[in-house]
Amino acid sequence: MDLENQKRVMEFAEKYGPENLVIILGSAEGEAAGIAAETVTAGDPTFAGPLTGVQLGLRVYHVCEEEIKNEIDPDIYDEQISMMEMVLDIDDIVSEMTAIRDEFCKY
Amino acid sequence: MTALPFIFLGGNMKSVITWASYVLVHTPDMVIANGSTQTTERIVNPGSEYLQQLPKHIRSYESALSYPPNRCYIGDITPAELGAMEQPYYENGIENAERFSKFGEIMPQDEFYLLIQACDSFDLVFLEENFVKTTKEKLSKHPLMREDILNRIKDGTSKEEIERFINEEHAEGLYIKGEAVGFVKRAHDVDTNLSAHIMLENLVSKASSVLSLLHTMDKSGVDPSEIEYVIECSEEACGDMNQRGGGNFAKAEAEIAGLLNATGSDLRGFCAAPAHAMVTAASLVKAGTFKHVIVTAGGSTAKLGMNGKDHVKKGLPVLEDMVAGFSILVSRDDGVNPYIDLEHIGRHTVGTGSSPQAVTSSLVLHPLQSANLRIPDIDKYAAEMQNPEITKPAGAGDVPLANFKMIGALAVKEGQLERKELNSFIEKHGMQGWAPTQGHIPSGVPYVGFAREALLSGEIKNAMIVGKGSLFLGRLTNLFDGISFMMLPNKGLEEEKQFDDKKLRLMLADALRKFAQSLGGEGE
Repeated sequence: MDLENQKRVMEFAEKYGPENLVIILGSAEGEAAGIAAETVTAGDPTFAGPLTGVQLGLRVYHVCEEEIKNEIDPDIYDEQISMMEMVLDIDDIVSEMTAIRDEFCKY
Repeated sequence: MTALPFIFLGGNMKSVITWASYVLVHTPDMVIANGSTQTTERIVNPGSEYLQQLPKHIRSYESALSYPPNRCYIGDITPAELGAMEQPYYENGIENAERFSKFGEIMPQDEFYLLIQACDSFDLVFLEENFVKTTKEKLSKHPLMREDILNRIKDGTSKEEIERFINEEHAEGLYIKGEAVGFVKRAHDVDTNLSAHIMLENLVSKASSVLSLLHTMDKSGVDPSEIEYVIECSEEACGDMNQRGGGNFAKAEAEIAGLLNATGSDLRGFCAAPAHAMVTAASLVKAGTFKHVIVTAGGSTAKLGMNGKDHVKKGLPVLEDMVAGFSILVSRDDGVNPYIDLEHIGRHTVGTGSSPQAVTSSLVLHPLQSANLRIPDIDKYAAEMQNPEITKPAGAGDVPLANFKMIGALAVKEGQLERKELNSFIEKHGMQGWAPTQGHIPSGVPYVGFAREALLSGEIKNAMIVGKGSLFLGRLTNLFDGISFMMLPNKGLEEEKQFDDKKLRLMLADALRKFAQSLGGEGE
């Protein structure tokens, strides 16, 4: 996850409380989604950004996961996301995200 | 009153693509000295494992020369041929690879340093004595290096002078196998916009663009004196503290390339700039403003070794060791060359939105709809054509494939394609990526040269070139950007309805008679 976004996540967690935060990702692949998810839960695995060694344990989902999809107006989802759903390997993304949440999510 | 007949005078002027040239420069030392990943690492983590391992992953010129995606970029093999070749490409180099090709060449670093000096007009570039002697002889054998270009190369300076400038005068070193063979001075003692770093970046962009221009003029069959306008579309900025991005790389490059009757200007649009420049050039020609316009751009030292950390970590050679350039000549209709369709331009607008769906709709679906075409009606799409062998190890996936998937998926959504046909759509309408990750370079335009040939031979009946740009990088807007155009075959000048003189006069006389009658009628 790029350094500026890491900084923002950290600031929001401080400002609003980590239990009040949900991170939604739009990564194109499982591996990238997994790394971003790990960054906001267990800390930046690349040791590059402000979240290095910071274990926020935040709730994190990919926008194509059922939990988030169900929260979105179907027409808007159809207009904005449905095309990408066909393009992405959703199973791969869900599997990566679930693994990270199961291990590192605190909330 | 009777309507006057619409008189079709002359033709519907088209802008054709006369030629496209593509060049690469192998710059192994510039990866280490100037690539931004490396320069950043030296500041943030100077003793790092990465910096120590990096030199072991630098390729030789022969290796870069035979690397299949590089050979595709310069037109030696087609994208289809590349797609059929064995992977990994870096382990399956093409034998007997030659420096010069149909579309351009792959220049070695040492000669490029001389070309950089030849492109410098402010005595900023100095090279070592013996290096100049040896390398100038090599460069003088280059079929396109005119005498006046070679004369811009200066006699060399001493090793001591080079060391002194690099160590004490804030100069940027030019290296061969780790040894300093020259330097680029800063152009001002205080102004950071004229630092040695920026002067080097700009001179590299200029020199690689000049090389492309030379190839285009050599192969296009058009006399250099006929070029009236050059549009440069790289991502660099030249200027000083009072006009930071003043620019006109175009004019600077036209000068060295010998285009004495040309003026020009720069067009900036991040990665989408080449596509914007093509539309602009075609429009200038169609309007009759100019007869020949060249769209040109050189490459970037900053992007060299951009994904080096991942390449080294995964045991690959550093594949981003090429500075790239291209020059495309757009001319008035010659009845032969494929033309740029200006009636159905795809535009990502301010109001479009940034979701991939919105982007793809604006750039592909909507222009096709306005032309009464469906997505599967376009034979070949070229969007972001970066070589996936570079991007996949870095976790960025196969970008051309992602683009073709999105275009196909949109077709499925719009009922223009069956879901089960998606994979065959990608196969049929897409291509293996090949371009180096040099920012603006991979964005649509690498295919223009191939498209021109495929349209001329009838292998394809149309192509769509899509340019996309990430504007947020400049921190001025969060908007995305893009523009697209179709390339179509020329049906010949005879196709245009050319009224002969007599027929035209008869039509005019008839119209005037009817007009006069209608005036007379009003009086009654």
